[in-house]
Amino acid sequence: MKSTGRFNLFFKKFKRFLPLLQNLTERDIKLKYRRSILGIAWSVLNPLLMMLVITQVFGLLLKIKVENFPVYYIVGVAMWNFFSDATFMSLNSVIDSAPLIKKVYIPKYIFPLEKCMFALINFLFSLIAVVIVMLFQSVVPSWTIILFWVPILYCFVFAIGVSLILSALSVYFRDLLHLYSVVLTIWMYATPIIYPVSLVKGSTLVYNIIRCNPMYYYVEYFRSVVMYGIVPDLTWNLICVTFSVGFFILGVFVFNRAQRNFILYI
Amino acid sequence: MALSVEVKSLEMHFNMSKERLTTLKEYFLKMVRKELRFEDFVVLHDISFKIEQGDVFGIVGLNGSGKSTLLKLISGIMRPTKGNVKTHGTIAPLIELGAGFDMELTARENIYLNGSVLGFSKKFMDERFDEIVEFSEMRDFLDTPMKNYSSGMVARIGFAIATMTTPDILIVDEILSVGDFKFQEKCERRINDIMNSNTTVIIVSHSIDQIERLCQHCLWLEHGGIRMIGDSQAVCDAYKNT
Repeated sequence: MKSTGRFNLFFKKFKRFLPLLQNLTERDIKLKYRRSILGIAWSVLNPLLMMLVITQVFGLLLKIKVENFPVYYIVGVAMWNFFSDATFMSLNSVIDSAPLIKKVYIPKYIFPLEKCMFALINFLFSLIAVVIVMLFQSVVPSWTIILFWVPILYCFVFAIGVSLILSALSVYFRDLLHLYSVVLTIWMYATPIIYPVSLVKGSTLVYNIIRCNPMYYYVEYFRSVVMYGIVPDLTWNLICVTFSVGFFILGVFVFNRAQRNFILYI
Repeated sequence: MALSVEVKSLEMHFNMSKERLTTLKEYFLKMVRKELRFEDFVVLHDISFKIEQGDVFGIVGLNGSGKSTLLKLISGIMRPTKGNVKTHGTIAPLIELGAGFDMELTARENIYLNGSVLGFSKKFMDERFDEIVEFSEMRDFLDTPMKNYSSGMVARIGFAIATMTTPDILIVDEILSVGDFKFQEKCERRINDIMNSNTTVIIVSHSIDQIERLCQHCLWLEHGGIRMIGDSQAVCDAYKNT
């Protein structure tokens, strides 16, 4: 009885502050591209240019053998960038909103949530780049491409969970700002983005590390439905859901515990 | 008379660590050595009072006596260490005008942003937009980024947004001194209108004249405790004589 009351209160507040979430996201998008001539087109151009550089370096110099490497890379890196942008921006989100938090009552989870929304919108724009590369490489997708939103949803929920944890802890320990960029670099190399998983299957240790990495499952899921026309099996889906929901619940728990004293530390 | 604000045996402590530990290494080192010392700093203690609906309530006290902390507790920004604060109805905090502005955005964009910070819907803001612009007299500069505004101009917009509705409880923290004298008059008129409409108003000010003129009841804070509470005239007289 008591918990349903708290739930209702939560949703009432959430509804009331939904316009704020929307306005903050709009602000971020406007400010990111204001006064740049190409504007939002950069969301498409940037991954394309990066793809050109990386495929040249890794494809030609290191001779990585993957079929349709440009597509393989851009599909993977688009999703990875979404996750890393969302969490990296969230990390600072509560600290940066200190002037607001000190003056007005606002549910504080709005701030990391808004950064995740912002990253999601950028990601959706960068999917145009994915489509362009696929057309260029004449990769014909099968019907499974309509499932592209499933791994995005999994990854989005996971990113919110991680963002909640990071944004809450960074208020108390500013070290996280520096530490996390290193973690992100390691994490990126532990995710098969510029190399195929088959490359590391020889070493059980590396392979096992990669199998503990949630991002591995989301990226591979995304690739299978977009590129290979395969729908991942039930086990794969269960692993994804477990990571997403698990981290989401952990994030809510940590954030909820930590937010009581935010005001004394920001 | 219905109660508007109810404060019961409120206590607020700040953990002032001897040195501020904000890095993990330091924190763990100190924790292992059991050197984590906190100085408990009592900001407010034994605060109990009630404000009735429609009352105009002043809070006076020297710097550091806990006035702002008390306002933050009433408006729900901070949670008390002990005791509780009960409020009935909507609260519009005027604590520092324009707190939610992003200086990179234009005034038009900021009006909508700030409205949503206060929890208003877009539709509601559309209806009130012209009224806000009219009151602030800033129509010519609506599409200028606010970083190019003077502080008086920013305050005008902030005041117009914060007072566009008639909330049940209005919290005013030293803000009746914004803008030029003409705008100040306009602000006081607006505040007076709000006061006459059964809204509870809580005012913090260092201007004793203002408190005497506007308030019915008054609270005098000293070192985080209540020194005196009651009729505004009596409290202000006593405060002036110290």
